[in-house]
Amino acid sequence: MPFRLEARGRHSPIWTWASPVLAIVATLIVSTALFAAMGKPAGAALYTFVVAPISSMNGIAELGVKAAPLVLIGVGLAIGFRANVWNIGAEGQLILGAIAGGGIGLWAGDATGFWILPAMILGGALGGAFWAAIPALLKTRFNASEILTSLMLTYVAQLLLIYLVVGPWKDPEGYGFPQTRLFGEGATMPILISGTRVHLGVLAALIAVAVCWLIYAKTLLGFQLRVLGQAPRAAAYAGFSGEGLTWFALLLGGALAGLAGVFEVAGPIGQLTPAVSPGYGFTAIIVAFLGRLNPIGVLLGGIVLALSYLGGEQAQIALGLPKAITGIYQGVLLFFLLGADLLVHYRIRLVRRVPARGAA
Amino acid sequence: MTQNNGNGAPGARGDTPLLALQGISKRFPMTIANDGISLAIQPGEIHALLGENGAGKSTLVKIIYGVLHPDEGAIRWKGAPVSIANPAAARALGIGMVFQHFSVFEALTVAENIALGLNDKQQRKGLRDRIAKVSEDYGLRLDPDATVHHLSVGERQRVEIVRCLLQNPKLLIMDEPTSVLTPQEIERLFTTLRRLAAEGCAILYISHKLEEIRSLCERATILRQGKVVAECDPRQETAKHLAELMIGTTIRPPYHLQEESAETAPARLEVDHLSVKSDRAFGVDLNQISFTVSAGEVLGIAGIAGNGQTELMAALSGETPANRAEAIIIDSRPVGLLGPAERRQRGAGFVPEERHGHGAVKDMTLGENALLSAYRTKGLVRGGLIDMGSTMRFAAEIIKGFAVRSDGPAAEARSLSGGNLQRFIVGREILQSPGVLVVAQPTWGVDAGAAASIRQALLDLADKGAAVVVISQDLDELMEMADHIAVIANGRLSPPRAVDQVTVAELGLLMGGIEAPSPERRDAVPA
Amino acid sequence: MNGFELFTSVALSVISASTPLLLAATGELVTEKSGVLNLGVEGMMLVGAVIGFAVTLGSGSATLGIVAAALAGTAMALVFAVLTLTLLTNQVATGLALTIFGIGLSALVGAGFVGQPLQPLPKLVLPGLSTLPVIGPILFGQDALVYLSFAALIGVSWFLRKTHAGLVLRAVGDSHDAAHAIGYGVIKVRYLATLFGGAMCGIAGAYFSLAYTPMWAENMTSGRGWIALALVVFAAWRPARLLLGAYLFGGITILQLHIQGFGIAIPSQFVSMLPYLATIVVLVAISSDRTRVRLNTPACLGRAFNAAG
Repeated sequence: MPFRLEARGRHSPIWTWASPVLAIVATLIVSTALFAAMGKPAGAALYTFVVAPISSMNGIAELGVKAAPLVLIGVGLAIGFRANVWNIGAEGQLILGAIAGGGIGLWAGDATGFWILPAMILGGALGGAFWAAIPALLKTRFNASEILTSLMLTYVAQLLLIYLVVGPWKDPEGYGFPQTRLFGEGATMPILISGTRVHLGVLAALIAVAVCWLIYAKTLLGFQLRVLGQAPRAAAYAGFSGEGLTWFALLLGGALAGLAGVFEVAGPIGQLTPAVSPGYGFTAIIVAFLGRLNPIGVLLGGIVLALSYLGGEQAQIALGLPKAITGIYQGVLLFFLLGADLLVHYRIRLVRRVPARGAA
Repeated sequence: MTQNNGNGAPGARGDTPLLALQGISKRFPMTIANDGISLAIQPGEIHALLGENGAGKSTLVKIIYGVLHPDEGAIRWKGAPVSIANPAAARALGIGMVFQHFSVFEALTVAENIALGLNDKQQRKGLRDRIAKVSEDYGLRLDPDATVHHLSVGERQRVEIVRCLLQNPKLLIMDEPTSVLTPQEIERLFTTLRRLAAEGCAILYISHKLEEIRSLCERATILRQGKVVAECDPRQETAKHLAELMIGTTIRPPYHLQEESAETAPARLEVDHLSVKSDRAFGVDLNQISFTVSAGEVLGIAGIAGNGQTELMAALSGETPANRAEAIIIDSRPVGLLGPAERRQRGAGFVPEERHGHGAVKDMTLGENALLSAYRTKGLVRGGLIDMGSTMRFAAEIIKGFAVRSDGPAAEARSLSGGNLQRFIVGREILQSPGVLVVAQPTWGVDAGAAASIRQALLDLADKGAAVVVISQDLDELMEMADHIAVIANGRLSPPRAVDQVTVAELGLLMGGIEAPSPERRDAVPA
Repeated sequence: MNGFELFTSVALSVISASTPLLLAATGELVTEKSGVLNLGVEGMMLVGAVIGFAVTLGSGSATLGIVAAALAGTAMALVFAVLTLTLLTNQVATGLALTIFGIGLSALVGAGFVGQPLQPLPKLVLPGLSTLPVIGPILFGQDALVYLSFAALIGVSWFLRKTHAGLVLRAVGDSHDAAHAIGYGVIKVRYLATLFGGAMCGIAGAYFSLAYTPMWAENMTSGRGWIALALVVFAAWRPARLLLGAYLFGGITILQLHIQGFGIAIPSQFVSMLPYLATIVVLVAISSDRTRVRLNTPACLGRAFNAAG
């Protein structure tokens, strides 16, 4: 081994903020190489992924629309990960939120009333929370890994959505396509900035960031979650309830994911279809890490990754690249993030083999 | 002087030492662990390496065993210069090592554990018969098919020793071997070691236990802060002189007021038929534990690791609920079913065995660590929000009051040395003015200066009227500090006895579980 | 179809559903036994599937395709190993990253192969034996990967219990500090175990695209990689139980296909949920025996090892 890792006395404050930047730069370099390998012009990566999407007012608005679900889910996941609660099933919780909230919207039909949207929002949060309550129960009562249970439930949720959209909730006037009716006026998320698609969900995401940051940084609850994640026995010693905290972490993540789901279907999408999310629940995991598991960081991370979604769409349209390019970009970004994280905790020391000196 | 030949006569002194270290130095980022150390061990010699925690003994020994490489210096084996690249190379030379924290694999059998310590295939042939022979020869009984997790600590050490013996070592290194043995087991170990030395195997015996070294070893090298400060024949020195060489100053024994009268002092902690099933895979169930500690009293609970101390600590702190509320009573209020935070509010404090990950969170600041146990008792949280100002002030108070060497309340716990972190944890509990304080292994792995001040702090707390319980594997420490002493063995507690009315030998028998304690008597025997 | 023919047909489909699970779980078991938790199984399987398909299609040789799939899985595992073993990243997060990356990479590489037909893996033909009723096709008429799955399981079981190298691997997973103190190369052992796991997952993926349904479709493993992970827990890290678990799950997967054939009127989506729900049930049943879990789990599973301290 030509180098050795030496633990730092305390976390390096410089690298805490620099490591995500380093990871992003590294990812861009790799993407450029990938684009070149696929015969696209060299600067194309940088332009497509970073510049083009935000080169117009509409672009920036779209950034907000794409970032909203990522941030909403990401802040919830980040707090959970801090507590060592690995909610991998956010995608499924998002779907359940879409089903629950969307179901209320469909039931409201063409009615308009101030109660419809709040009911949908509440329904979305409860739906997502319910779906996360299952892994919470299984973990606290039966010690079952929440990674596997929440993930299995994602597949179940997806199948449930397909069933509803192809079966009982199918739009009778939809020409047989697997989709529900469009939501009525009263059940559609209001647009906040006219001329764009920026909807209530974007505001909700910002509120969620503020609330989660408050919990994380200032409250006893946030402290309890962090202690649980770093040293579960110390948490027990302090009298913190590991079970209660696990429930909270999962329900929070689930509720926020459910909110993201209902905002998506009642906002930009406008109906229930089999694909209500291009993998937001999974991308939010990357967002959480990009944000170093800190709610403010998650906000920034969400914007960066929203950029990557827009960039991916641009790449498809302008350069004819397949949709999968987004997944690769995100996976590589996460790799570099995790690798760069090293520098926060350790110093790299070159080791030279010095022969021991001394009396022969 | 006769030349050394493999089977040296007992005590033969050749011109050529078996092992000679010259000018060995090793640096780590935060410290200089070894600084120009030279020492020589003759064949068949029992040589002590003496020094307090942090003096550099473990580092030096890891260098000899090939786990670490020196930055400077030379090693000679039987006169020829060698470079010990790794433990396999050390074993090939004939060096065996019995580790302080045993390197045994709990999920594997005894035979498998031993096979892992043997270098080559040849040695692994006919292993079970060879294990049987060696354990028979040296009186170290072992069942090759037993899973190590089931073995007692003394038996695990036997696995380590047999593993070394099968290699026919010329030099056997023992790193703090007796901290986990009963006095009787220690004697058996010494018999084995003396026999090995008589057969020509040199022993490098690392310890800070002065009486043992004086009893066993013929030469001693004393380290302090990484340097050799003395070399002597320990049999010719007093324990006090050796201690002073080790520490560099004279030490005062802790000062403890005699309590007025045990009869009139109110009982502050009463444990009554406490029985708890262990939730650990190979834990020990607590069985009808009963004792009482009065105001101003220090009760010592002695015992070898693995006899229920962890479970007892967890039951007393509230991390595990007791079998009924009245099983644990603090200041006449039953707390058996309450959690740690509620028990703290009723005046209890706890210092668990492990600093890292249990008593403190190493990646958090000292301020946050102060919050860990004091958030309610010191009013550091209001309306769910943490009052960071008060928290940091409290942490600063602890740092000042207990001489914790650190970079201040914002320093991370991991940047503190073991002794300083322990001072912080003990100080944190004491500054919450508990009426009852339970500490486990208060000075484990802690340098002598911090150990002395921690013990004094505990005694001062008792003198102010608190009831203090000290659970420790260090019998000397308990005999020095406690008013009464009880022994925990196999989850049962012996009736507490006054410290000046009991002998180490009696305690040793109890620690070995020889005498079954009677559970009915729960009153402390008055002095 | 008479009873025997039905039985044979069901047995054959169970075998084909269980084989990829067995292959992947065997590899992951070795990885986890050494103390490494690699959650990237799904990603490694998909990359193996697409590479195996592409190479077989291009070269005409299924053998070459399988080898390529194994190498692809190994390459993915290498990325994981460098990150978690040398750079000490969090194993859970890195495994997830590997899965996300694998899904994306396989979709990218496979974009051009969607809809392309391929001949399925040839099945063994032993004159006389393969045509025996019932046991003929079941025992003697399988493709190479089915036999490989059994051979690998037996090989791994023997390796772990009877060889010194296997003992060292178990020791590293039990206590990496003790193994290091005695002088064993903890990191080296873990690298090898992780790479082996990757190769097996690559081959498992190849089974999907070469034998199970000889074609490529995006995300074609549909979560089977995650089920393989659950299987390792179910098997309490012991090879013999792995076989039981893999076939149990294979059986449930096939059951779902046949339920509708039995005229039971359940919407197909609910039937498709069966394997996932079954996984949850099994996981709960196994995990709730905390003592047993603690006894069998490699003590160092998921914990990083830094020799410098």
